[in-house]
Amino acid sequence: MELLSGADMLIRSLQDEGIEYIYGYPGGAALHIYDALFRQDKVKHILVRHEQAAVHMADGYARATGKPGTVLVTSGPGATNTITGIATAFMDSIPMVVLCGQVASHLIGEDAFQETDMIGVSRPVVKHNLSVRHPEEIPEIIRKAYYIAATGRPGPVVVDIPKDMTTPNERYEYSYPKKVKLRSYNPAIRGHAGQIKKAVDMMLAAKRPVIYAGGGVILGKASDQLTELTRMLGYPITNTLMGIGCYPASDKQHLGWLGMHGTYEANMAMHHSDLILCVGARFDDRVTNATEKFCPGARIIHIDIDPASISKTVEADVPIVGPVDAVLKEMLSLVKESKARPDADALGSWWKQIDEWRAFHGMRYETSPDVIKPQEVIELLCKLTNGEAFVSSDVGQHQMFAAQYYKFDKPNRWINSGGLGTMGFGLPAAMGIKLTHPDDEVLCITGEGSIQMNIQELSTCKQYNLPVKIINLNNQALGMVKQWQDMNYESRHSQSYMESLPDFIKLAEAYGHVGVRIEKKEDLEPKLKEVLAMKDKLVFVDILVDRFEHVYPMQVARGSMKDMWLSKTERV
Amino acid sequence: MRRIISVLLENEPGALSRVVGLFSQRNYNIETLTVAPTEDETLSRLTVTTTGSDKVIEQITKQLNKLIEVVKLVDLTEGAHIERELMLVKLKATGSQRAEIKRTVDIFRGQIVDVTSSVYTVQLAGDSDKLDGFIQAVGTAGVLEVVRTGVSGIARGEKVLSL
Repeated sequence: MELLSGADMLIRSLQDEGIEYIYGYPGGAALHIYDALFRQDKVKHILVRHEQAAVHMADGYARATGKPGTVLVTSGPGATNTITGIATAFMDSIPMVVLCGQVASHLIGEDAFQETDMIGVSRPVVKHNLSVRHPEEIPEIIRKAYYIAATGRPGPVVVDIPKDMTTPNERYEYSYPKKVKLRSYNPAIRGHAGQIKKAVDMMLAAKRPVIYAGGGVILGKASDQLTELTRMLGYPITNTLMGIGCYPASDKQHLGWLGMHGTYEANMAMHHSDLILCVGARFDDRVTNATEKFCPGARIIHIDIDPASISKTVEADVPIVGPVDAVLKEMLSLVKESKARPDADALGSWWKQIDEWRAFHGMRYETSPDVIKPQEVIELLCKLTNGEAFVSSDVGQHQMFAAQYYKFDKPNRWINSGGLGTMGFGLPAAMGIKLTHPDDEVLCITGEGSIQMNIQELSTCKQYNLPVKIINLNNQALGMVKQWQDMNYESRHSQSYMESLPDFIKLAEAYGHVGVRIEKKEDLEPKLKEVLAMKDKLVFVDILVDRFEHVYPMQVARGSMKDMWLSKTERV
Repeated sequence: MRRIISVLLENEPGALSRVVGLFSQRNYNIETLTVAPTEDETLSRLTVTTTGSDKVIEQITKQLNKLIEVVKLVDLTEGAHIERELMLVKLKATGSQRAEIKRTVDIFRGQIVDVTSSVYTVQLAGDSDKLDGFIQAVGTAGVLEVVRTGVSGIARGEKVLSL
């Protein structure tokens, strides 16, 4: 057997785990590891400009590829800077391993230079965290970390590595474990057969069914099964913000997404349904509105890999704990075998009703002859990229517009921070995607507020040649904050204006990129075409959009699913 | 409703803080908490008493089960069970009080484990109600110090919580 130092074992473990990229930033406690990294070329390291961005990059990579991302940072501030990124991944169940340097074991607890209790600090926002206590444990800990991060309900795992665990001149026998066994961690591998049977019987007997799919379908790689089942049944389907792309948006059975800024028809269909088949979603407050008024006539089937997600906010009538792909597969074969068929008459009138709702609102918005509307920018981008781009977004109005007006037919292409709502997520996430999808169009749709939260990464983009397209929907204000202030605080715009915005064009140029400003409506299409033609350049597109636009539909606070504002003046 | 949840936990550093952290993070109550290693040195046994609606208790057990270091758990209050708590109390004991306290201790089947000219130290085991009852019987005015271990519990009969 080979003798390796702890640092070499760590890097070798990453190689044996098949890790392609690490995103990180060096510092004192991680220097042995960085030296080991230097002496090999299998695992590529991407040097960011702020550790938070490293985590979002790993996150973007994970969401686009379905594989766990990897981050390497030093102790203290390096580690604490990752927390927002880790919490972002945790809320959206993204698989990720964050390797943190730590001060040497004998210094722990002495308030040493750059010491932080990272195990304690990260505890509420990780799926698990592990601490290395002896260098020999490193291969097993790394294997465990990836296993826990990627299986069951995925999530981030932090590994804390004191500096003396990676000392170069202390060598140990290295072998990478093929398997790990944890007696206390056994995620479900299939659903309960009896429950699945019961669910299928209920589904086939429903008069006003609706399928409500979430991010779990994408994480569980079950889009094909979901699409097949939905088409076989002929039922309407809606998905959450996190589930966008799990079912083709251009399909006629798709009602768009549901919830606070969901479509009128999706929210109406949910409210009036008699059966909800929830697949890999978690009845989050941005979906349900007031839970006591939630879908009064519906019985609920809930499929989820995480038992704690079931009946947490809304009680399920038929809970099914298991991986969504396996459960949907079983449902498919049961539907095929069953003699029962959906009630065609009931389904016909249900669709008639839904089509009326669809026609009533249809995601309309007012256009203007001279002001650029943010919605039309997104619609145009969707058209110009054939709906096939990877789109990352930041958080706010632009995020909602992007999710509403870009039509995704494939999973893993809509990349946003849904659970935590992290401004500053968009650019680094886009970079993580572009790195592994160099030939695909990668758009970062953002606003002038969000982009400034991680704008330093324009420098990383230059270093690694990451020609993403940054679409800055510039309304010169923190749009979503301002919208809430308009609606709930009599338009008192407390701290929601951004005075003295930078000249984004000069800023992009200063970092070595191209900047394009679009102010006039007639310039929008030709200039966007020019931008998209610059394949090998990062282009920062600063688009001046309507400063007064609101996002609609918007559910009325503390109402039911069907209580919505459809415009500034229409309430249903 | 009051529940007693008994947990088998990996005997590893940090495991306890994860359990305690979960309770505060998700706004659950901890009334008492006891923890100690078991006959299998890789496992600790943790007993927590908590209160909450059925829905909250269901979430507590599910969230506890999600912790990687939680090996198994049982809600003891779902079945017949025995619960015990140990209490040490220092009581002011002078003059005629001394005999009265001695009698009360006997009634509650406690023991006086330390004596000075003015103080009795009493040891008492039982369920939490019994310990509360003793304090009430001797009167809080005479109580100088109370130390309670928190509840430990075990199921009645053949049922066993083990690997």
